[in-house]
Amino acid sequence: MPASESYPEDLKYHSAHDWARIEGEEATLGITWYAQDSLGELVHYEPPEEGAAITKDSSYGEVESVKAVSDVVAPLSGEVVAVNAKVVDAPETVNEDPYGEGWLVRVRITEPSELEALLDAEAYRLLVAEQ
Amino acid sequence: MVPFAGWEMPVSYAGVIPEHLAVRSDCGVFDVSHMGQIEVEGPRAKELLQGLLANDLDRIESGGAQYTLLTNERGGIVDDLIVYERDERHYLLVVNAGNRENALAWLSEREIRGSDVRDVSDRYALLAVQGPRSLERLGLREAAPFTFAEETLDGIETMVARTGYTGEAGAELLVPGEDAEALWQLVLDRGARPCGLGARDTLRLEVCYPLHGADITQDTDAISAGLGWVCALDKDFTGATKLRRIKQAGPERRLVAFVMTDRAVPRGGMPVLEPRGEVTSGTHSPMLDRGIGMAYVPAGAAAPDTELTIDVRGKPRRARVVEKPIYKREET
Repeated sequence: MPASESYPEDLKYHSAHDWARIEGEEATLGITWYAQDSLGELVHYEPPEEGAAITKDSSYGEVESVKAVSDVVAPLSGEVVAVNAKVVDAPETVNEDPYGEGWLVRVRITEPSELEALLDAEAYRLLVAEQ
Repeated sequence: MVPFAGWEMPVSYAGVIPEHLAVRSDCGVFDVSHMGQIEVEGPRAKELLQGLLANDLDRIESGGAQYTLLTNERGGIVDDLIVYERDERHYLLVVNAGNRENALAWLSEREIRGSDVRDVSDRYALLAVQGPRSLERLGLREAAPFTFAEETLDGIETMVARTGYTGEAGAELLVPGEDAEALWQLVLDRGARPCGLGARDTLRLEVCYPLHGADITQDTDAISAGLGWVCALDKDFTGATKLRRIKQAGPERRLVAFVMTDRAVPRGGMPVLEPRGEVTSGTHSPMLDRGIGMAYVPAGAAAPDTELTIDVRGKPRRARVVEKPIYKREET
């Protein structure tokens, strides 16, 4: 079942429709409800390798539906410490639970100062409303 | 909605995958009114078409339909189409939307006295009702594939053709434009799921029906494309000499079907790195839950189980040549 629209308050957002859950020196990253809804049911997730460095505003992976492929943009810079194997095996997990089981990577944050530039849920909701 | 050959068309109504599965398991309806209809009429209508179409009209009778090709002198494919024989003086051609002008010009320029070519596309709407429960839902009797008849559905006079582009049983319903909305509603009321262009593409690719403009073009010949069975090489038609030569010598490359062994979704235009070739169509197959596609590869590498390496946005990904069709309903 596809999830219903939501943008949790405890997350930070990036304008390229990604979210970050900051947990001390690490962060879990994923794509927002809006992103998965625009793409449709995901059929492929091309993850980065564990240990790879990812850079804020740059692509670190791809998600793909039947109709389109999209880069996944890093909301912050870091080093990949875990890739969600469940999403690799069953990409539709992202559609079902974009902020929970459907996370994409965990990273160790390398540029903590970048966090200030991220959007809160309210700012991101406004951005989505303008799409 | 996306622009498609001058029409605004939905990619999907409620998701490509559920629409695809509805057609494989039950019944879906596609509004394919964008497709072109050309009538060829007159005492020499058959003679004209026999000289221009690759398949042999002697193989069908009145009330019969046939998949065929409009070929150029080089054996290339101007369009692939279905011809419906009302009688030997009256044929209806259903052509691809993107080729309507081309096909019409091609036929009109070659018209002979005693044959009249008319574009009647704007007069008709066409709904494709596809899936194993289609006939039951529409209350239609069983009929042989590639036949058609005039029937009345809830008072709407319809040309019901046993044709389609999904590999499933079903019917294509041709009605005057003014009846389209009522027919669409009737079909939905009978439980057909509305389906868009996205599912149309995944369904046809699973059963390896070629898409003109992707798998077959003016520059690809029917033999290389695996459409030799559509070409009656014992008759004369435009390009027949060239096609006979290609068949005799054996084509240099062939259009093969493949399934990804690595995780990846192939797409049309991606290079095949090893052996050298090109993907013409690719998608994710909802039935196989894998990437699938078709590609031109050297004829020597066209046998089933041949391994292919495809360049998926810079990453080499493995695939395996399979027999067509890629998806086949399990015998029950």
